[in-house]
Amino acid sequence: MTAEQTIDGIFEPESEDRSKIDKKLKYYTASQWQLVWWRFRKHRVAMIGALVLITMAIMGIFANFIAPCKITTRDRSYIMGAPQMPKFWDHKGFSFRPFIHGIKTKRDPVTLRKLAVVDPETRRYIRFFVTGDKYKMWGLIPSSIHLYGLEKGILHLFGTDELGRDLFTRTLFATGTSLSIGVLGVLTAFVLALIIGGIAGYAGGMMDYLIQRITEIVRVVPVIPLYMGLAAAFPKEWSNTQVYFAMTMIFGLIGWPTLARRIRGHLLGQRGEDFVLAAELSGASAGRIITRHLLPSFTSYIIVDLIISFPYMILSETALSFIGLGLRPPSVSWGILLQDAQNIRAIEQAPWFFIPAIFVVVAVLAFTILGDGLRDAADPYSVTQG
Amino acid sequence: MLRFLVHRIFGLLVTMFFVSIMVFIIMELPPGDYADRYAFRKFSGTGVNVTQGDIDNIRHGFGLDRPAHIRYAQWMTGILTRFDFGESFAYETSVNHVIGQRLWMTLAILYTTLILTYVLSIPIAIYAAVNRHSSVDYSLTVVSYLGLALPNFLLALVMLYVSVTVFDTSVGGLFSPEYEKAPWSLVKLGDMLQHLIIPAVVLAWSATALQLQTVRATMLDELNKLSVTAARARGIPEWKVLMKYPARLAVNPVVSTIGFDVNRIFSELPIVALVLGLPELGELLIQSYLDLDMYVAGAILMMLTFFIVIMNFVSDVALAALDPRIKLSGV
Repeated sequence: MTAEQTIDGIFEPESEDRSKIDKKLKYYTASQWQLVWWRFRKHRVAMIGALVLITMAIMGIFANFIAPCKITTRDRSYIMGAPQMPKFWDHKGFSFRPFIHGIKTKRDPVTLRKLAVVDPETRRYIRFFVTGDKYKMWGLIPSSIHLYGLEKGILHLFGTDELGRDLFTRTLFATGTSLSIGVLGVLTAFVLALIIGGIAGYAGGMMDYLIQRITEIVRVVPVIPLYMGLAAAFPKEWSNTQVYFAMTMIFGLIGWPTLARRIRGHLLGQRGEDFVLAAELSGASAGRIITRHLLPSFTSYIIVDLIISFPYMILSETALSFIGLGLRPPSVSWGILLQDAQNIRAIEQAPWFFIPAIFVVVAVLAFTILGDGLRDAADPYSVTQG
Repeated sequence: MLRFLVHRIFGLLVTMFFVSIMVFIIMELPPGDYADRYAFRKFSGTGVNVTQGDIDNIRHGFGLDRPAHIRYAQWMTGILTRFDFGESFAYETSVNHVIGQRLWMTLAILYTTLILTYVLSIPIAIYAAVNRHSSVDYSLTVVSYLGLALPNFLLALVMLYVSVTVFDTSVGGLFSPEYEKAPWSLVKLGDMLQHLIIPAVVLAWSATALQLQTVRATMLDELNKLSVTAARARGIPEWKVLMKYPARLAVNPVVSTIGFDVNRIFSELPIVALVLGLPELGELLIQSYLDLDMYVAGAILMMLTFFIVIMNFVSDVALAALDPRIKLSGV
């Protein structure tokens, strides 16, 4: 490097050409993934989508640590309470440490119902890395450290539900559940699609025709009613874990036809290429040709297809749990949280029940934008020099 | 053309046959059968001690002890010869009676939604394609993204909220209370159409968003064709050029995806109907799944799929009529 620099220093006009050549050389020798990454990096909106999804994944993975309490912890002094915004100042002045005002319980003079009233005279300061409820990180590491907490009581960033449970905590855990169901569902669908689409696309002929007809029949039945039919068959005595895995299986089972079609299309297109013939002549088995020669040639497209099928999985999970055929309480997912927001009364009295819906919309948007960005980046014909 | 029709009708029948097998499997999936549930419902809380023998008797009475393929054959024969979908367990009457008017309500919602989708999406998308980079064009992109991202039950809740608070109308159900039991008349029809608007808008939302994209993309492709330039060169008025060449072709992908749109609408219908309280099949489907009233559920699933298959057929025929390339190639 230093030697080149001295040469560049001497031949000033040539140095520009040289860096240009280097750049070109770098471009032409870059691997496929580097090219995809360079193109993707330029896609600002898609990058934002990716960041949003990474944030959500982190929220889900570290839910135990970020949340101030457990999903079942009830705060009886603040039932159906509005979201609490941390403040830095009030009529008493400014404070570097954020705080919220305390809560007093009053009785409504007419109905005698308990009411939570904000008491502007007391301040409850927010502290970070506090000790709170015990939990086990990912079921393994015991800990009791939480990201934030109040000196007394619980800070409800998103308010509380009808039982006084912290909605922020529940949303965090729901994010983890809903995203992981999506991931597992997409993976199951992918494996099935790979096997079925792979056979159809590579074998062709009768086999292809048969698989195509079956795919068509699965596709003609309306999706959500079909999901519901399968979900209705879950025995009532199943544990939540069993229901969870059964749900991912269902999404996988019904999600495969679209993916299988794409894989079949790619395979049919590439099957006649010379490099396949060469591999065949060298005595490679069908399985080896599919996995080692054909699949790598369109991996990027498959990844895009997988990303694009995420929103459907998430929306299906939300829809199923929303109507009570999917996951069941005490599990939390976006759909289960939205069950509380099913009627007009809820919207009028507690608009914050809709916060999980914002998560759903944002996640789906992020996946769509990310998928679009990746599709553009993975397309070898959209040549832009990095 | 005749060969084409025969081929398609045959395909339709084969598809329906396999669908019926699939639906039957779904009906058989939940643990326990009609006899268990019947015995439980009839005798629970009455103090009568039900033995396994009693349940077996009930099972024999309903013919449920026969092997699955015979029960399937009976179920299908009932549907095909007498249009009889079996017995509803939860309502203790025939499935046909339970479904009754709901079928027509479902079709009314379906067709209102479809018409709304096409009336909105085709002209707007053509306008956006012709006026590229206009404000209509950009808002179209935003709407298309939201069309997928906004779950329709959420949209239904928002519409419900707005109509109750702002317009002070009830949108629950398909009729105002005073027309609920009234005989059919023009006034009642008008009342129903008024109630149909919100479900139709909610259901048309995502379908419209997708069709907008498709039509716009096809229009953009077609606008650059030489045929358009040639027509312009001949001095044909601009709107006539648009109608005769690109717009005519841009409608083709819409026609070919009618079946998909029906599929999507039926897929979303149950949850939207649940939120809006519409007396139609989707809502009944959820209820019967929750009650494990599988004969009702099976009948509804069959009917919904049947309409999708029929609409697929209609779209194939319409496309063949519209697109000479398909008409000439026969099948």
